[in-house]
Amino acid sequence: MPKVTYRQPDGAENVVDVPAGWSLMEAAIQNDVDGIVAECGGGCACATCHVYVDDAFVERLPPISDMEGDMLECTAAERRAGSRLSCQIKMSDELEGLVVTIPDRQT
Amino acid sequence: MATAPYIVVGGGQAGLQVCDSLRKFGYEGELLLIGEEPVLPYQRPPLSKHYLGGDLDAARLSFRPASHYEKLGIALRLGVRVTAIDRERREVVCSDGSRLAYARLALTTGTRVRPLSCPGAEHPAVRYVRTLADSDGLRAALGDARRLVVVGGGFIGLEVAAVARKQGKDVVVIEALDRLMARAVSPQISNYYATLHRGHGVDLRLATGVTAIEPAVSGVRVLTDRDEACEADVVVVGIGVVANDELAAAAGLACRNGIVVDECARTSDPLLVAAGDCTMHMNGFLGRELRLESVQNAVDQARVAAGTMCDQPEPYVQVPWFWSDQYDVKLQMAGIGMPCEESVLRGDPAAGSFSYFYFRDGRLCGADSVNRPADHMACRRLLAQGTMITPAQVGDEGVDLMQIARG
Ligand SMILES: Cc1cc2nc3c(=O)[nH]c(=O)nc-3n(C[C@H](O)[C@H](O)[C@H](O)COP(=O)(O)OP(=O)(O)OC[C@H]3O[C@@H](n4cnc5c(N)ncnc54)[C@H](O)[C@@H]3O)c2cc1C
Ligand code: FES
Repeated sequence: MPKVTYRQPDGAENVVDVPAGWSLMEAAIQNDVDGIVAECGGGCACATCHVYVDDAFVERLPPISDMEGDMLECTAAERRAGSRLSCQIKMSDELEGLVVTIPDRQT
Repeated sequence: MATAPYIVVGGGQAGLQVCDSLRKFGYEGELLLIGEEPVLPYQRPPLSKHYLGGDLDAARLSFRPASHYEKLGIALRLGVRVTAIDRERREVVCSDGSRLAYARLALTTGTRVRPLSCPGAEHPAVRYVRTLADSDGLRAALGDARRLVVVGGGFIGLEVAAVARKQGKDVVVIEALDRLMARAVSPQISNYYATLHRGHGVDLRLATGVTAIEPAVSGVRVLTDRDEACEADVVVVGIGVVANDELAAAAGLACRNGIVVDECARTSDPLLVAAGDCTMHMNGFLGRELRLESVQNAVDQARVAAGTMCDQPEPYVQVPWFWSDQYDVKLQMAGIGMPCEESVLRGDPAAGSFSYFYFRDGRLCGADSVNRPADHMACRRLLAQGTMITPAQVGDEGVDLMQIARG
């Protein structure tokens, strides 16, 4: 199972095994990773599952849809180059070792 | 004597949020969440959306894993119903016979489906979607079914219709009013969705009432007040919900189509708060009383309720929002748009991406956005801040609404 590292704003890390096909948001929730609120449960409707993807992985991720792009304009923490909605990223073997940082706030 | 725990009655979205927020507000005492459903609190929205249409494992719907409750010191009693509140002795009475003392109590009992009342409505082919068990049952029933009749053209009925059409079922939707989702959206949005569903092959019958359900050789026949009969293997009813306020009412709390609470989520007993679908609440954003059935309301009002329980009351003033997924079309609603005096189009319905912005008393009061999240988010922010904006501005796509919202 591919591993994903969730880094908290204070640097603390959770390394989680994510089954293929799960979203990064689901894996964070089901492993009780703090800081991913996901109010809409993956509906791409709340922007409270924002993460910053580490530079090395940005290019490897599936592209940002128009819907996700618009929602990313409205996150509580600032949008940066690696900003993604974790509910819109489905895990696959190619993403083994992915590292994402959780912003300091979601609402 | 040790102080009694804080008890939360109802293990849904609001119940869990009250517990989490109590810890955030610094409550360190004993905390107990009692829920009638035998599973960890889970998300309902997918039950009529991708969960119904897919093969997701139910565990993926839970808000948090069991370890979360241990970590936060939230004791769980699942599969247990609270049958009475003894306010004098400050105890709740449970279906397993136990009596539990509370120091403070939060009621997050939610709603239940409004049953269809016509003759024959108790036929086993007639189903509802409120709980995980309902959705599991419907998912299985749809597997073998060819013909679905949906009674009620609201969000849940239409989401189920969309899932079933994607699965290639014959779908009839029967709605008593003359337009879809009439309680929540403008006629323009209703019309757009009527065309959308018809375009996907739904046989949509507006302004039609269901008069009876009769057993047929296979499945049932749904009879209407237009003397029509629709054969169906499965009937899904989505005609609204009823607040679970009987427990509160029996304990002498004020109830009126929901548990009456003020803008800090206080019931008529200062030791008791209530939050979520079950409340008839004073909404600070709207400046009037109403009952809302949404994730937003469950989460935001629960946070307010927890603050009140920790003697840090803050009024509930958050902007209402809601979404619905039908086919590949996302509807997002901000504020309370209806009733309105003026509605302004932004974008192009023919291109499948547009919003209607609504104005009441000369002020923006809400917007419905179709595949247009930027408008939705901008509207939420404009409403939250009370930023003045004119119909001409929102109607002009050259005007960047988010920039105005950012100030
Ligand atoms: C199919 C479906 C789709 C939806 N889609 C959306 C959507 O797209 N967007 C959106 O914003 N909202 C949606 N909603 C609404 C949203 O899910 C609800 O508003 C939200 O779940 C309300 O949470 P709640 O905790 O107030 O109530 P509930 O979720 O109803 O939880 C209340 C819980 O309390 C328990 N309970 C009741 N009485 C007792 C008692 N006496 N003792 C113990 N336990 C008790 C109940 O069994 C229940 O588990 C949808 C709802 C459904 C059913
Ligand atoms: S969970 Fe709501 S947008 Fe990702």
